[in-house]
Amino acid sequence: MNKVLTRVLIIGIAIAFPLAMHALDQQFYTSFATRILIYAMAAASLNLVLGYGGMVSFGHAAFFGAGAYLVGILAAEGITSLWIAWPMAVAVAALAALVIGAISLRTRGVYFIMITLAFAQMIYYIFVSLKAYGGDDGLSLASRSTGLGVSLANDFVWYYLVLVLLMIVLYLLHRLLRSRFGRVIEAIRENETRATAIGYPVYRYKLLCFVISGAIAGLAGALIANQTSYVGPALLHWVQSGTLMVMVILGGVGRFWGGPVGAGVLLALEELFSGSPLLGPYSLHWQLPVGVILLAVVLFAPQGISGAFSKKPQ
Amino acid sequence: MLSLRNLNKRFGGVVAVDRVDLEVAAGEVHALIGPNGAGKTTLIGQIVGAIPSDEGRIIFQGVDLTRAKPHERVRAGLARSYQITSIFRRFSVLDNLALAVQARSGSSFSFWQPVAAETALFDEAREIASQVNLTDKLGSVASTLAHGEQRSLEVGLALATRPRLVLLDEPMAGMGPEESQRMIELVGRIRAKVTVLLVEHDMDAVFRLADRISVMVNGRLIATGDPEKIKANEEVRKAYLGDELAA
Amino acid sequence: MSGILLLEQSLNGLQFGLMLFLLAAGLTLVFGIMDMINLAHGSLYMIGAYFMASFVQATGSFWLALPLALAATALVGAALEITLLRKLYERDHLTQVLATFAIILIANELVRIIWGSQSLMLNAPAGLTGPVTLPGGVQYASYRLAIIGVGAAVAVALYLLVTRTKVGMLVRAGASNREMAIAMGVNIRRLFTIVFALGAALCALAGAMLGPILAVQVGMGENILILAFVVIVIGGIGSIRGAFVGALLVGLVDTMGRALLPIGFAQVFSPQAASNLGPSLSSILIYVLMAAVLFFRPQGLFPARG
Repeated sequence: MNKVLTRVLIIGIAIAFPLAMHALDQQFYTSFATRILIYAMAAASLNLVLGYGGMVSFGHAAFFGAGAYLVGILAAEGITSLWIAWPMAVAVAALAALVIGAISLRTRGVYFIMITLAFAQMIYYIFVSLKAYGGDDGLSLASRSTGLGVSLANDFVWYYLVLVLLMIVLYLLHRLLRSRFGRVIEAIRENETRATAIGYPVYRYKLLCFVISGAIAGLAGALIANQTSYVGPALLHWVQSGTLMVMVILGGVGRFWGGPVGAGVLLALEELFSGSPLLGPYSLHWQLPVGVILLAVVLFAPQGISGAFSKKPQ
Repeated sequence: MLSLRNLNKRFGGVVAVDRVDLEVAAGEVHALIGPNGAGKTTLIGQIVGAIPSDEGRIIFQGVDLTRAKPHERVRAGLARSYQITSIFRRFSVLDNLALAVQARSGSSFSFWQPVAAETALFDEAREIASQVNLTDKLGSVASTLAHGEQRSLEVGLALATRPRLVLLDEPMAGMGPEESQRMIELVGRIRAKVTVLLVEHDMDAVFRLADRISVMVNGRLIATGDPEKIKANEEVRKAYLGDELAA
Repeated sequence: MSGILLLEQSLNGLQFGLMLFLLAAGLTLVFGIMDMINLAHGSLYMIGAYFMASFVQATGSFWLALPLALAATALVGAALEITLLRKLYERDHLTQVLATFAIILIANELVRIIWGSQSLMLNAPAGLTGPVTLPGGVQYASYRLAIIGVGAAVAVALYLLVTRTKVGMLVRAGASNREMAIAMGVNIRRLFTIVFALGAALCALAGAMLGPILAVQVGMGENILILAFVVIVIGGIGSIRGAFVGALLVGLVDTMGRALLPIGFAQVFSPQAASNLGPSLSSILIYVLMAAVLFFRPQGLFPARG
């Protein structure tokens, strides 16, 4: 299918979706769709650093969760304006990515994977130990962020705001990947030694890519805090990092739509398997078929779903 | 142009490069020969900064580069090609070369403008491609090229950074006679614009191209001089050339 | 800070460290030899603990159940290696991470389906439930002493196995040059399966022994797995010696940090601040340790590979 046509179609469906749900009196699905959009953003940010940058970061939840917790903590302190809270969430996540990246990127291969994981654990423990902000139980937000003149408690409005933000982020990523910076990042992933040998200060590029990715994850985190009006330790847990990675690989690592597609598929599977008649009395154990599907994809279809539909060799 | 003084490199108990003193004059083609494992590739690694030296100095065009980072050395005008082909396999030939050109033309911390719009980059890439005889393969993905063509791209990448001194590590590795001939012609073409330090096993190429030859055995530089002098050198004959030259 | 507390905590740290070593040893061997990141290692630890709990219930005897649990887990490990993990050796690290992560999900759910979601009871063997009086008059749980004993014995046995026996030599040969080892007639596939089964047995031992102290529940594997990875990163991947030193370091730092830091803080800061800062800082202590080690030695303390 023609590229432009596909994009128009996707955007069209995205815009029409809540209207359709409203008409069918299935408002729950609008909220569910918003959740997908938010995770699409988080997964896309991981895909930048993982798929395009070739950096297997196993600590992405740190940035996602930090952004969420920032919004939660500020709300607890009475600061609910999104004009303050959201940029701060992005800034804190970016700062965390800068510090973690600066140290981790000095290592290679599996050491890198492990050290990103460990740093994420550090961030997890730091936030969880803040008894004043929920500790193990997490923190509820009194309401969604304010500042836009419209109440974001309205799921309808909330959906469109998130959609707009996602589109902006995806467009920025699109331009980034086609720019000089994007080329260098892909070259580094392709052959880091040679990239150095032709004169690129590789470390700086990787670090910047890491920070950009973290910042976007922070924004997604701010959004998820609003989505559920709750922040909890699970957002920072390494299983969350793993889940984001699963989304990226399901969707297609290094492919532009990998993040969004993977998020949609995984969340849909989760919804499908848990509490559905499909698994009967075993519906609580939905992680089992998800695990099996993931294993199958990893072993037999490493290009993910986007890869299966694309004719272009990666 | 390039001055190596007392360069040393140890890997654990093994001395790979042993107190090497070497001078490469501007404009010459200087060949570095020696048996496998003599330390030639290690030496190249030290010159470009991929391998840190234990002792010694590397002075390029009067500037001490011993502690300089690899990308700084490229900026200074050094470039290398690899013995084992190291290209950007999933990029096209044009994109491979454009990448190298991009590295030294302005900052790549540019996030908005698409690279595809920078025609100057690609024009220069095409020029390099013609220098290395890859013009008809510009659109091909690098991994689909024949071995000889990949070796040409390998050299092309080094040249695309417009170096003053290029270190070619066995560019003819694995090539048949026809391809080797083309590579010899390539080096012959570029020598006017760039100084060359050539590591090679192909003695035919070495004696046709080199202004001077240095011989490395077991990490030590045992002789330096013009081709005739080297051919006649007893130590070199014993250690390396042996019967090959008797013919 | 009393000397008794110090002694007690250092023994606890030693005990925890030795158990961590059991996990780390298997992990680092698999990593060093097969170049494979195995996140499911923690699942083997969990399965070992669950098998132990079941066998104790079935046989009524701790010491009878132990070898059964070890054997059962080793079998599971071998089966896993032969059917699934073998396919991952040639793949990249990301693939290995994701595939073994999938195995964690599957294993967790299977355990829930078979044993239920509640945590299981696992008691220390009769005879080791009471305290023992150490020289100096200090009381210490005899079971914990037993763990230290078992851990130390296994460490020595492992060292001897790897350095003195033929199998150990084959393992090291397979690690340094796989092709050569194959050419010389070593059955690499069987070797890998054996190494993996051994690692699984070590995990089971740790799980079984720690069961009475920590809880036997789904998810216990993940918590300790991270620590095991920190251990091998600090120690150097592929090195048993590194795993040993790393495990002791991590065990001691973590245990003593948790116990002593809040007390130390209370001396310096207000009790309010101490109770806030103390726990969080002790949790992150080992990660700070890891970051520090990697800063000075990016390959760990005793890297097995050049």
